[in-house]
Amino acid sequence: MTASPFVVLKDVAKRWNGQLGVEGISLEIPEGSFTALLGPSGCGKSTTLRLLAGLELPDEGQIFIDGKDVTTSAASDRNLSMVFQSYALFPHLSVAENVVFGLKVRRVPKKERQEKLHRALEITGLLGYENRKPGELSGGQRQRVALARAIVAGQRLCLMDEPLSNLDAKLRNSVRKDIKKLQRDLGITVVYVTHDQTEAMSMADTVVLMKDGHIQQVGTPENLYNSPNNTFVAEFVGAPPMALIGTDALSGFEQGKTIGVRAENIQIVPKGEGRLSCTVNESEFLGSETLIGLDHADAAGLCVLKPGLSMMPEGDQIDITFSDEHLHVFDAAGQRLAG
Amino acid sequence: MSAHANLERRRQAIYGWLLLSPAAVLLTVFAFYPSIATLWSSTFSRGTRRKPTEFVGSENYMDLFADPIFWQVVKNNLFYAGITIPVSIFIALAMALWANSKISARGFVRTAYFTPTVLPMIAAANLWLFFYTPGLGVLDQIGSMFGLPSVNWLGQPETALWAIIIVTIWKEAGFFMIFYLAALQTIPEDLKEAADIEGTSRWTYTRRIVLPLLMPTTLFIAVNAMINSVKLIDHLFILTKGGPSDASKLILYYIWEMAFAFFDAPHAAAMTILVIAVLGIVAAVQFFYLDKRTHYQ
Repeated sequence: MTASPFVVLKDVAKRWNGQLGVEGISLEIPEGSFTALLGPSGCGKSTTLRLLAGLELPDEGQIFIDGKDVTTSAASDRNLSMVFQSYALFPHLSVAENVVFGLKVRRVPKKERQEKLHRALEITGLLGYENRKPGELSGGQRQRVALARAIVAGQRLCLMDEPLSNLDAKLRNSVRKDIKKLQRDLGITVVYVTHDQTEAMSMADTVVLMKDGHIQQVGTPENLYNSPNNTFVAEFVGAPPMALIGTDALSGFEQGKTIGVRAENIQIVPKGEGRLSCTVNESEFLGSETLIGLDHADAAGLCVLKPGLSMMPEGDQIDITFSDEHLHVFDAAGQRLAG
Repeated sequence: MSAHANLERRRQAIYGWLLLSPAAVLLTVFAFYPSIATLWSSTFSRGTRRKPTEFVGSENYMDLFADPIFWQVVKNNLFYAGITIPVSIFIALAMALWANSKISARGFVRTAYFTPTVLPMIAAANLWLFFYTPGLGVLDQIGSMFGLPSVNWLGQPETALWAIIIVTIWKEAGFFMIFYLAALQTIPEDLKEAADIEGTSRWTYTRRIVLPLLMPTTLFIAVNAMINSVKLIDHLFILTKGGPSDASKLILYYIWEMAFAFFDAPHAAAMTILVIAVLGIVAAVQFFYLDKRTHYQ
């Protein structure tokens, strides 16, 4: 890429009373991309987003948006919009008033305001709900009002803080597609915080996986899935996550390492022919396949997928195998070894 | 309808009445019955040894309307209410907004504001008596440092009511602040953040978001302040006793005086009924009219 990235974070750190918030966050986000900040709760992903939004000021480092240093700028000077986890709709204002609130504050003329409102409501499918109060809307509709409010001003950068976490599973799926489509159609840059790896993997162009205030890996979803930087990434990404096996339990490997292997690359083989012998601890029917959870003293998260309904009795001893080409090797500290 | 459904309905009804009865009994004994008894006795003349009590209809009310002191007291009370209600609400709101923001010693500020409410009115009135005392009082002492002449705040008709008003505001604002503080806590932090991102100024945010969301509280406080403006007279006993020349006499004090100093129960009863009627009408207007324009979460 020749053009300088749209959003840049340079060694940004934020600490809470000396305690760790985020540390050494460096990121480059190209314009028009969809970036997901992913991680378990307390990993600093929301803090990173709030630093970017200007709701918090960093202790160290610099933030650039569209080539401008905005490290200490007020939130309103950063030309961005934000969707909050709780939606943060004004409960006493109607849908229309909520959506145009920002335009009104910025003294956009009434005619233009009406046009933008109409367009935003059209895009989010909220026409006809103009006069409802947020309290009279369903969760999904409220979510769309929050989206409409975020896009109405036509800002090029939109931040989203777990916007789907208050929706039920079915709705989450459809809104996920809507958001992705919205982002593509409008060509805006979205930075999206989530703790749900499925969400991040399915929507984002770039996933930033964080843990304890540090970035663990930045990459495309397939990059994170296929070559995790360390065991944390390996265990966080994918459903089911990658199984980790200590090499002490296997022959033909250097001792003291950890290998990772995904469920889809493990096969059950007749007794005596496998590389590892384990105990079945659960069978979970998923519809098109059945997930068999396995126990082994030196392995964590070991499981295997079998097509269709194929439950196995708990406590059964089975042998499994996997080929070397599908293995990921990590050193004792959990870092990926080349290959 | 089947038998068991009928039984269940009856059981629910009995349950409801049982829950209602303690309040109903108390209200009947201490509110409804006294009101009706008052209305009844306001229509009879005051009995003397020569002239026994007799039914006079609205005569007592006519007497009141012809009584210049009554009109003076009404005027005083309207003025008193007209100043104390808006001013104490405004100060309460300002203090609450300040005490709710991120300041150091927030707990201390809140306690300090609330202290006047905790003090018994009689004690507070004695305190203010000391402030207002000519010559010795704090106000005069401060005034004399700047060479101002001594003022008898409570002793002259022009300032007496104002002195009473200031004590009331001092007493009430802290109390109302607590309600505002509680209401402010229920406004989610992210509304402020959402407004910040749009570049909303502090003033616009307060006016367009905070104040509307505080409307239910404001309404509640306004009704309370109005009732208090008729109810709160303890300090009159200590500070002015309604004087000088009725300048600081409020309606409840006049009722008390009528009933227990002049022993004219029928006129006191008539005045009480008028107060109840006016308070009832104003409360109804506040709740039915303003309620429609208020957003409840």
